[in-house]
Amino acid sequence: MLTLHCPYCGVDADETDLHAGGEAHLKRASTGSSDDAFEDYLFMRENPKGVHFERWRHAYGCGKWFLAARCTATLQVFGTYRAQTHEPPQDIKDAISAQRPGWSWGNFR
Amino acid sequence: MSNAVSALNGKVAAGEVTIREAGLRGMITLRADLSDSKVKSICTSLTGAAFPSSGQANCDDAKGLCWMSPDEVLILVPYDTVADALEQIAKALKNKHHLAENVSDARALITVEGTFAREVIAKLAPVDLHPDAFQPGDFRRSHIGQVAAAFWMRDQDTIAVICFRSVAEYAFDLLATSAKAGRVGFFA
Amino acid sequence: MSTRLTGMGRLINKGKAVEFSFNGKNLRGFEGDTLASALLANDQMLMGRSFKYHRPRGVVGAGAEEPNALVNLGEGGQFEPNQRATTTEVFDGLQAQSQNHWPSLEYDVGAINTAFARFLPAGFYYKMFMYPRAFWKHVYEPVIRKSAGLGRAPKDRDASTYEHFHAHVDVLVVGGGIAGLAAAHAAGEAGARVLLMEQTADWGGRAVVDAPMIDGIPAEDWVKNTVQAIENMSNVDMRLRCMGAGVYDHGYALGYERLTDHAPEIEGPRHRLWRIRAKQIITATGAIERPLSFAGNDIPGVTLAAAVRDYVVNYGVSMGDRTVVVTNNDDAYRTALVLKKAGLDIPAIIDARPDAEGPLIDEARALGIRVEQGKAIAKVKGGKRVKSVGICAQAGEGAVLEEIACDCVAMSGGWSPVVHLWSHCGGKLIWDADQVMFRPDHEKPPTGADGQPFVITAGTANGHLFTAEAVSDGWAAGRAAAKVAGHSKRGSQSPLGEDAEEGPISPVWLMPQGASHELRSKAWLDFQNDVKVSDVQLAAQEGFESVEHTKRYTTLGMATDQGKLSNINGLAILSQSLNADIPNVGTTTFRPPYTPISMGAITGAARDDLFLPVRKTPVSAWSNANGADNEPVGQWRRPYTYVREGESVHDAVNREVKNARENVGLLDASTLGKLIVKGPDAGKFLDLMYTNMTSTLPVGKCRYGLMCSENGFLMDDGVVVRMDDDTWLCHTTTGGAERIHAHMEDWLQCEWWDMQVYVANVTEQYAQIAVVGPKARKLLQKLGGDMDLSAEALPFMQWKAGRIGEFDARVFRISFSGELSYEVAVPAGQGAAFWDSLIAAGEEFGVMPYGTEALHIMRAEKGFIMIGDETDGTVIPQDLNLNWALSKKKEDYLGKRAHLRSHMADPNRWKLVGLETVDGSVLPDGAYAIATGENANGQRNTQGRVTSTYYSPTLDRGIAMGLVHKGPDRMGEVIEFNKVDGTTIAAKIVDPVFYDKEGAKQNV
Repeated sequence: MLTLHCPYCGVDADETDLHAGGEAHLKRASTGSSDDAFEDYLFMRENPKGVHFERWRHAYGCGKWFLAARCTATLQVFGTYRAQTHEPPQDIKDAISAQRPGWSWGNFR
Repeated sequence: MSNAVSALNGKVAAGEVTIREAGLRGMITLRADLSDSKVKSICTSLTGAAFPSSGQANCDDAKGLCWMSPDEVLILVPYDTVADALEQIAKALKNKHHLAENVSDARALITVEGTFAREVIAKLAPVDLHPDAFQPGDFRRSHIGQVAAAFWMRDQDTIAVICFRSVAEYAFDLLATSAKAGRVGFFA
Repeated sequence: MSTRLTGMGRLINKGKAVEFSFNGKNLRGFEGDTLASALLANDQMLMGRSFKYHRPRGVVGAGAEEPNALVNLGEGGQFEPNQRATTTEVFDGLQAQSQNHWPSLEYDVGAINTAFARFLPAGFYYKMFMYPRAFWKHVYEPVIRKSAGLGRAPKDRDASTYEHFHAHVDVLVVGGGIAGLAAAHAAGEAGARVLLMEQTADWGGRAVVDAPMIDGIPAEDWVKNTVQAIENMSNVDMRLRCMGAGVYDHGYALGYERLTDHAPEIEGPRHRLWRIRAKQIITATGAIERPLSFAGNDIPGVTLAAAVRDYVVNYGVSMGDRTVVVTNNDDAYRTALVLKKAGLDIPAIIDARPDAEGPLIDEARALGIRVEQGKAIAKVKGGKRVKSVGICAQAGEGAVLEEIACDCVAMSGGWSPVVHLWSHCGGKLIWDADQVMFRPDHEKPPTGADGQPFVITAGTANGHLFTAEAVSDGWAAGRAAAKVAGHSKRGSQSPLGEDAEEGPISPVWLMPQGASHELRSKAWLDFQNDVKVSDVQLAAQEGFESVEHTKRYTTLGMATDQGKLSNINGLAILSQSLNADIPNVGTTTFRPPYTPISMGAITGAARDDLFLPVRKTPVSAWSNANGADNEPVGQWRRPYTYVREGESVHDAVNREVKNARENVGLLDASTLGKLIVKGPDAGKFLDLMYTNMTSTLPVGKCRYGLMCSENGFLMDDGVVVRMDDDTWLCHTTTGGAERIHAHMEDWLQCEWWDMQVYVANVTEQYAQIAVVGPKARKLLQKLGGDMDLSAEALPFMQWKAGRIGEFDARVFRISFSGELSYEVAVPAGQGAAFWDSLIAAGEEFGVMPYGTEALHIMRAEKGFIMIGDETDGTVIPQDLNLNWALSKKKEDYLGKRAHLRSHMADPNRWKLVGLETVDGSVLPDGAYAIATGENANGQRNTQGRVTSTYYSPTLDRGIAMGLVHKGPDRMGEVIEFNKVDGTTIAAKIVDPVFYDKEGAKQNV
């Protein structure tokens, strides 16, 4: 039972107030994309043991989607941040580096 | 509109903590840029309440403002003034991107009143209701039992709960059951 | 015999007797007794039967670890099986029955199993019930089911109530012994918000029994003072009869409070489940004494040494007159001393250690107790009660040197810290060879959201078996936890405890060390599930080297006590058999709850009407009062049909269809989702959401829209309405409102966040009523108002706002039935009144309400698809011949790219057609159209399936829709559909529109 901080309303929300939305930072492939690119977008996921980026919605709260950097093995939360970004902000990356030196995830490190 | 009725038509479960459906309440959802001064001023002028900051509600019995999300505020006004209020909002925010909808009939307002009102809510919601953490003015959206709910304290012994109309009966019965089960004694 | 002693028993109130019954026999105990102590006081040593061999079982412990004394408690709505007599407080009128025997506890036919014990070894079930396969279902399963399970399943509804409570604290302290009290006191003084819970009814734990000195006063007085001090702190909440059941991620913990089990006359919930979020959790959960493994250690009267003195000190009950103490450590000597001082006979202390010395041993000798060192019990004699023990050398093979008559054996194999809560969320253990125990490894604690430790273990649970270190450890834990939680006000000094000196424990896993197979197959590890030393050795021999495999193969530790007594002894035997060190074999996984908690507590208030929220529309009350036969649609209950007196459901449906086609029907469509989408970019956004063009819809008009997921599959449909220049109203399916709202928000927030669009879900703001049928207009016109509802003023697929009668209304001319139809939305608060006035005004037109089944039939007659019937998450619009709704002009919309994938464009996809049975009957729902040949799995090939099938009262025949391979190209062809009875039914492929193909009826 996780507790995640909602970066929009400032509430430390109980997992029962949240809705999980799968992997974060997917890059949408649409018309004009190759079959491979579209397959990547629809189906290919990182599924790591360790540092991971996820989408969560504060469903019973303010209704906003946010992103979380979390360790799937220990459930440590490195930080949560707003969804309107294509990559994790530097302070989140720094927080991860402090705890998990040498981490990488997709193209992020 | 003489034939309008609230979800539970003022139902009451009396006890040491009394659960009461508050009857017809005017509610307007306003989605807009909450930092905009025009947005703030129309909200304030409609209700006489100070514009709430994040996680706050400024309400008296009939009027008030609740901070719902970074771009949403709930405006409480008397039920029969909603149409007028919507007109005023439309006028005030004429050239601003916003959405204002009457949700008075979509929701129910239930009050929980009595010495252990905090505990009645704490039985149902994953929220810290300790006096150190939750006081009049604080506003929280969460769930009670299995349905969405928002609540705030009117005073130390009164908590106002808003839920959707379709589940008003469930929410009322849940609150009444929790009240009837008695005090936990945790919030001394 | 076991009996009550005079002048002893610190927990019982001899002034207040209580009457209770055991197996129908009326007995007396005292207030403060547990059921176990009260039974022992009545010389009722036999309390149950073991699971596999139905061996007679007496009580072996005095607390939560008890595996044997399990009883059925209560009657009727209060009945509950498998309750531990040791943790059940007696009260006037308590009714208990022993379990797992027939016909009676004393004479049990099932005990014959014990005679066949050598034929029922470890893994017996796996070996025996393999062949022949035909026996699985009709012989083995019924036999095993009949013998499975302890206790009786309750038959009546649970008459008690339960509740949850959410508590957020700085520090949760689990355990109210001296370490837990010191911790709570220290954390409370530091200023933290503290919750302290103790599973029993009394504070103080073991210390109050063993009575060491703390801060210069006896432990019992220290406990009283400390409890008083904590009670005076408003920031500490104390709960007795409240067990820390489990520790979970991010500081979540469950507490199980038993409020009325000890006093059923108290009003209110029986159990309360505490759902706790703690910044820090201190587990001061104490330790559990281990049994010793010797032949006959399961015979009633063989008891844990500490339990024997608990019964004497706490309840004034002696287990027997002559008690032999057998041990590998000094602590058990305390039992001998307590018993001796209570005037009971101790024929001998059998100490497996050859040369132990110390003050406790000296004191025993000084009291004249015979101490035998380097000795062991070869065998206990007795049936339903210990009669004597045979003594042998621990170093030998079990040759009996002497037989000592006795009626009780007090055994101690050392102590195991209760590490369960520490381990639940990932805390690791280390093997402490000096103290012969697993204890928490401070280097590997459970970590929380910040990656830092959130559980601190304290006192005996932390491996500190001595008073001084336990109490100071608790104090330090309390200060440390409070500090992490941000509280470090100055407080008083750490308490100082005093201890008698003790010699080292010696690991003894089998008695005697070289015990023969015969002895080993009588040496119990798991008393409840009948697992013996020989079973674990056999498992090792057969290759079950992992402790987790051995557990499942032998059932060691799988009983209701979850191995509290058996785990360490079992894995020590396993490690010996494998020639491995104990830490290398490791432990099985500790899983919550610590002891079983009631289903009622887990349920809380969610039962009966509160089990599930049922959503109601403003018309629901009228419907339920007027014959509604409801069906669940999401969390709504919608009338399937309105049944009249003397009418079948089928008749009612047919009547409703006919009436709507001939006169006028009313449908409560309030459940349909209604989303307002507004903003400068709303049109652009909706063009991405829907497959067809939405932005071009003129104000005042309605258009049917389709929504696909990014995978290209149909996910929802509904009528989209242009309200004004920058506002659209999107209708969704009944189940779709919240889902589609969330879906839109997702795309707006996470992908197209630059778009200026707001969405609001106004589903419940409106009661929406479909007025359907040739007389629909007449009915609405009769109500009056300020709107012109004529065909010219409000044509098909347009909408208007105004007043109907005295109601504020929006009128949409949309039709899901093929008839002249107005969907009228009024504010929900006016919904019931509006419905009433339609019913009243409609009388002269023959108005009738209709339900979802009539709705389904009418839409199927028209060939309209239904999300969830024609679609199942694998169906694309093209499959349903809805290509017309896929915009070719738009560059992009959700699903467009997916439709270009090769499988989506495959001409061999099954496509929507109408189906008409040759004989006019109704096709079975979900039936498959069979094709020639078989697939690779030997199954019949298929070429289509039925998606919707109904009896059409309009056409007086069965009609259906289905997806058929190249269906639209095969019009007129007859194909066969399977039936569950193995036969087939022939149906012709036809156009899916069965009724009013031109749409003339809806467009009038």
